Amino acid sequence: MAVPISYYVVLSGLVFLIGLVGVLTRRNIIVILLSIELMLNATNINFVAFSSYLGNLSGQVFVFFALTVAAAEVAVGLAIIIALYRHTTSINVDDFRLLKW
Amino acid sequence: MASFVFFYFAGVIVLTATLVVALRNPIYSALSLLVMFFHVAGLYVTLHAEFLAAVQIIVYAGAILVLYLFVVMLLNVKREERFHGQASVAMFLGVTLLTEAILLVFLSEGPMFPAAVANTSELVTGNTKSIGQVLFSTYLFPFEVASLILLVAMVGAVILSKKGILDPKS
Repeated sequence: MAVPISYYVVLSGLVFLIGLVGVLTRRNIIVILLSIELMLNATNINFVAFSSYLGNLSGQVFVFFALTVAAAEVAVGLAIIIALYRHTTSINVDDFRLLKW
Repeated sequence: MASFVFFYFAGVIVLTATLVVALRNPIYSALSLLVMFFHVAGLYVTLHAEFLAAVQIIVYAGAILVLYLFVVMLLNVKREERFHGQASVAMFLGVTLLTEAILLVFLSEGPMFPAAVANTSELVTGNTKSIGQVLFSTYLFPFEVASLILLVAMVGAVILSKKGILDPKS
């Protein structure tokens, strides 16, 4: 492999941190979910890079499972967003302070 | 050549990931995430994971992102203030962790990663076929659990988005 493995690790760390900063800073709850997708993709890049580096296919199978969990998370998360929007007509996380309604 | 391709994909991935977080309009964020998904798929192709590249485009770009855009347009949100009070703390934390990670990777003494293994036989028989063989032999039970997760998510999404679930009076 021409590209050293550490470059892939740095790339995935960079994307993961961008996602982390997005989750911590944004107010729009949809963008927060998009940032979680960024973090999941960063781990997937790491998995595939090491799978190719070590000649072991288990990493790619784990990316497959991470994809399944991402799809499930998006479906449930967007359903929660729609339910919250119906309740408060807002998707700003600052408006969701109460656990009890 | 290979490193040029890698730097192209990595540069576009980092740029679009930054745009996802920085852009004001959630539709533009979702569209730049779409560009990022395509470039991650390209990175997978350079790493000889062709099956995952196809799955990445079909599932992420085709299904998940369409769901996002659907919800963004359904909710019809107006522009709001982007960042809240803990933005400066988060930026500080992110920059610190990033510097630490880069220093750890590039300044560490001795081999940090195990030595690379040359192409084994399972990687040359065709990516999809060998993934299928691993998935349905070694990882058969996790595969079944994944189907259960999808079922639970489907039922949960239907129940949660039903009218009146947060309002017990109606």
